[in-house]
Amino acid sequence: MTTLLSVRDLHVRFVGRDRTVHAVNGISYDLAAGEVLGILGESGSGKSVTLRAILGLLPPRRTRYAGSVLFEGQELLGLSDRAFSRLRGKSIAMIFQEPATSFDPVYTIGRQIAEAVMRHEGVTETAALARARELLELVRIPSAAERLKAYPHEMSGGMRQRAMIALALSCRPKLLLADEPTTALDATVQIQVLLLLAQLQKDLGLGVIFVTHDVGVAVEVSSRLAVMYAGRVVETGPLADVVRRPVHPYTQGLLASTVHGSMRGRRLDAIPGAPPALSSAPVGCSFAPRCRFAAAECDATPPEHRFGSGRMARCVLAAERAAA
Amino acid sequence: MRKVEDRGGPAQPLLIVNGLSKHFPLKKPLLDRSPRRVVRAVDDISFTLPKGGTLGVVGESGCGKSTTARLLMHLVDPDRGDVIFDGEKVGAHDGMTVRAMRRQMQMVFQDSYASLNPRLTILETIAFGPVTHGTQPRAAREQAADLLARVGLDPVQFQRRYPHELSGGQRQRVNIARALALGPRLLILDEAVSALDKSVEAQVLNLLAELKEQFDLTYLFISHDLNVVHYISDEVMVMYLGKVVEIGPVEVIYGDARHPYTRALLASRPSMDPDVKTREAPIVGDPPNPIDPPSGCRFRTRCTFAEEVCARLEPPLVEGAAADHRVACHMNDPASGHSRTRLAA
Repeated sequence: MTTLLSVRDLHVRFVGRDRTVHAVNGISYDLAAGEVLGILGESGSGKSVTLRAILGLLPPRRTRYAGSVLFEGQELLGLSDRAFSRLRGKSIAMIFQEPATSFDPVYTIGRQIAEAVMRHEGVTETAALARARELLELVRIPSAAERLKAYPHEMSGGMRQRAMIALALSCRPKLLLADEPTTALDATVQIQVLLLLAQLQKDLGLGVIFVTHDVGVAVEVSSRLAVMYAGRVVETGPLADVVRRPVHPYTQGLLASTVHGSMRGRRLDAIPGAPPALSSAPVGCSFAPRCRFAAAECDATPPEHRFGSGRMARCVLAAERAAA
Repeated sequence: MRKVEDRGGPAQPLLIVNGLSKHFPLKKPLLDRSPRRVVRAVDDISFTLPKGGTLGVVGESGCGKSTTARLLMHLVDPDRGDVIFDGEKVGAHDGMTVRAMRRQMQMVFQDSYASLNPRLTILETIAFGPVTHGTQPRAAREQAADLLARVGLDPVQFQRRYPHELSGGQRQRVNIARALALGPRLLILDEAVSALDKSVEAQVLNLLAELKEQFDLTYLFISHDLNVVHYISDEVMVMYLGKVVEIGPVEVIYGDARHPYTRALLASRPSMDPDVKTREAPIVGDPPNPIDPPSGCRFRTRCTFAEEVCARLEPPLVEGAAADHRVACHMNDPASGHSRTRLAA
């Protein structure tokens, strides 16, 4: 398989007058064409920041990058605005958590989709509107022709999210970045949108990075999983391996504290404490203060231990645990 | 902390709700002469909450679960219906005043930051309620410090802090301490753990279990998270567009649900098993707008089994799989005339 996206030792730092936040502290991964990578993490883990960094969507004056993001061999970090705007929505598209704020409220859905098509593919408005209609049908919006003329506020949350997916797919991107796109949706609607995304991904052969805090959602959509904590990937590997046999204590804790019915009446095995404030660059393992297995050696940055079929865990215990 | 004694005895349910309704009228254009439209947010709901129990309330946005909580607290005045707290009718001449009820029923909200006064230290926030209700300020502060310790926050370290100096999980602990400061018997938790990260959510759920034992509490637990409701509840009430569609013991609802909506809701939970991914969405479409809900059964527009009778008649709550299990679906009512009444069982 060809590598679509290659992220190497990416660091993202936000500098302000009063404080600096070390949001992403050296992450590396590859995404093959047609692959779905789920990034699982809690708030502040840097999972959304990594997505936005790929598309250059972070505030330019306050953001400092280091490392490398290669998309089909092209370096994206430090790309000019002009170069980025040729890329955004064309080769790489993104969908967000809140569809209500991702559309312009004063234009119809059809016009907004047609605008993207006209801009990137240089076709006439009529052709673009026809394409917009096809796209609404593709994401299974009922009576697509009428819905083209709808304003965002006239649609329900689930329909708006479908429309946003249509917009994202309008110029046949190769890479789709999904930032918690179903978190704001109701349960019965969430599963519809997840299944739609999975189907479109397969049909169109899209590479997808899907960021979520919900283990169940990650399980539904991903083929590979990366677990982030405090701006680092602490564990990664094929979905089933990571979920069934997690090696990193944080992954284990996260899976153990994800409530389900069979835990009734039992005390939950919760991770104590809270994630660190990232005001300084982490020295050693960021999870050590909450980890019940922490030892003196955790003061040094833990090595990436690679094992199994494409698995990695960043923990001093990984070698021993992976062998067990 | 003053603890109100158990008046009705252990067999008296702590809370009985009878026919509770709230319709919000909508504004209409100046010259529009059509009848005024209303949002039927909560429509004739009834339930009973036994002492020491936990009733979970689930449903999607617009189903009226939060409005129900606000009606119980009288943050919004109900249009109709009775609330009977430990045998006394709230707001009636011979019953309990709303003020007295609020000492015994307290609420924790989803947004931990918005529900704390940013200009008060957390100790002041926790002591505020008791002082308002007549406790000496000094005693209230001592009690507040004790409560902080009980919710897992070291008073010496935390009492002088302001809400913005705490993490989300810590703020929600403060909100729980604030709710407990009046010595309530019923705690309404309205999406109280929904905004927390999973690892912190587990901590707060453990805390809620401990406090329930320590303070002899009864919980009304409102959440959209079906897994958390399964974990914490003894009984579960499922709501759809302002109506109760199914209510019963947690094991019946999760193991033998009879309403097509409950089944669809449960089947919509993402799979936790990488080998058993969901193949097909259980139902299509979004929940309809609660303005002008469908006639008859409100779920019929999304229901695979809808028939003519479902549009014509509103299904009453009838007995389901067990004596304390109630379902509002024509398929469970042999007298309804629905063709699939036997298939549902």
